[in-house]
Amino acid sequence: MTTLPLATNKKLGLVIDLDTCVGCHACVIACKEWNTGGYGNALSDQQPYGAEPEGSFLNRIHTFEIVPEGGEVIDQSADSRVVHFPKSCLHCEDAPCVTVCPTGASYKRAEDGIVLVDEDKCMGCGLCAWSCAYGAREMDISAGVMKKCTLCVDRIYNETIPEVDRIPSCVRTCPAGARHFGDLGDPQSDVSILVAERGGFDLMPEQGNKPTNKYLPPRERKPLSDAVNAGFETANADNVGDATGFFGWIDKTLSKGSSNSKVGEK
Amino acid sequence: MHPAYSVIFFTTLTGAGYGLAALLGFGLADPAMLSAKLGYFLALGLITIGLLSSTLHLGNPKNAIWAFSQWRSSWLSREGVLAIVTFVPVTVLAFTNIFMGLHIGWLGWVSAILCMMTVYSTSMIYASIRTINLWNTWLTSASYLLFSVAGGAVILTALLALFEGGSGDMPKIAIIALVVAWVAKWFWNKRQSEGYGGSTMASATGLGHLGKVKLLERPHAMENYLTREMGFRVARKHAAKLWNIAVLMGLLVPAVMLAIAFGLQGSTTAILLSVVAVFAHMIGMLVERWLFFATAKHAVSLYYGDTALDVR
Repeated sequence: MTTLPLATNKKLGLVIDLDTCVGCHACVIACKEWNTGGYGNALSDQQPYGAEPEGSFLNRIHTFEIVPEGGEVIDQSADSRVVHFPKSCLHCEDAPCVTVCPTGASYKRAEDGIVLVDEDKCMGCGLCAWSCAYGAREMDISAGVMKKCTLCVDRIYNETIPEVDRIPSCVRTCPAGARHFGDLGDPQSDVSILVAERGGFDLMPEQGNKPTNKYLPPRERKPLSDAVNAGFETANADNVGDATGFFGWIDKTLSKGSSNSKVGEK
Repeated sequence: MHPAYSVIFFTTLTGAGYGLAALLGFGLADPAMLSAKLGYFLALGLITIGLLSSTLHLGNPKNAIWAFSQWRSSWLSREGVLAIVTFVPVTVLAFTNIFMGLHIGWLGWVSAILCMMTVYSTSMIYASIRTINLWNTWLTSASYLLFSVAGGAVILTALLALFEGGSGDMPKIAIIALVVAWVAKWFWNKRQSEGYGGSTMASATGLGHLGKVKLLERPHAMENYLTREMGFRVARKHAAKLWNIAVLMGLLVPAVMLAIAFGLQGSTTAILLSVVAVFAHMIGMLVERWLFFATAKHAVSLYYGDTALDVR
């Protein structure tokens, strides 16, 4: 049924911390690894070792640069800042990808809110991907069916794997702790508290999809240009003027006889 | 959006076919006439070829039978169901017209209404997509419906000129239908300037409060399904020229030819011009439909740096 459930008590989803994500793409690869052997058809690659390699992925990392108004851009630093931006299915409450589906392949589970594709019904028309503002759905070129994040539905309820692994593969693998999994329908859950404390937000709220996944904004910080200027004196390898003790003795000893006496005194 | 030929032929051919069937349903051609019989034959042919063409767009057509199941929520499913239902009255009328020289008035109305409902459903497949602001308007449905009627009227005019020695008032009706359809289309096209509607790179990333957001690195070095399907770029470069070609072939050429044909009713020139008008109009419609897809910008482009998809 491609009509949406009126409400789901549980709203399983991800909370993604844009402050801590380092853009290593480990979650992208962990996702591909798990899901190519798990739910439904494999995630195919086209010309994986050829001239134009490409393939289906359920999770992708974009990287943005943000320059504040009136900010200064010097080389690659100054006032601009870089934010790595992981993006996968947001398991929307008002998921247009579900209602547009003509075959009933696309559905949202009433019990936990996960949006899934039944590949035995999908005819590969691509309309769900058109309706998704987030680019969360990709047609698998080899299978001809639509692929999307399953929130690792075959891990999170899987009693044959250790309990610690019963979270989505991307969350399990993230080395920076930038991805969190939980029930966003429960205001007392860790993820809900995290969202409340850090001011988690929706992507493109104006599209009216009511996404379940939330994003945490990057924390306040000094402009990089300030940090560079402040750190310059101590960070410069030539500057040893205030070296004392053992290092001061080395500096003094090695400076003897060289044309320029103490480097730091220049 | 990527302009797939299968979908362009699907929408233009079924549009003209349903328009022609609807006009025949209204009783605009005497069932005793050869043009009415051929008209039904042609309408069914255009509809069937168009619908078959749409299945070429599918990645996994073996599951297409399921597409009739979700009419409660999906416009694509509704379109499928209505297309099948509409075959019933159109085929029955084709049978009575061709073999019995008989038109059933009430069934004609049922047929015409179902034809227009099917075209409306086709238009709503596109008009209901919020991510593509250009399509997300009632003007999409208005232009699909009006183009359908105009296409049917141009074809019927040619049939009458070819086989009945004159097309009566049909050229006038066709010219009016063409002009009205292109007025709707002109208003539709003006919405190009709205871009993504309310969505921006700031709202897509939620990072607008930090400053001006720009893409530093794409998530993948090569193309993927999204950039190929949603990020079609070639046509936008020539959009203005192609729009002029669409208006010339889809409106001006057929309208002028039909006007001359109206003045020279019954002459060989009139027949020739009426036939040329059909081909000109169909070419114009193919260009118009190509632009319908090619100039439509999808919100997901914002994650690829908005214009990043335009230039690569």
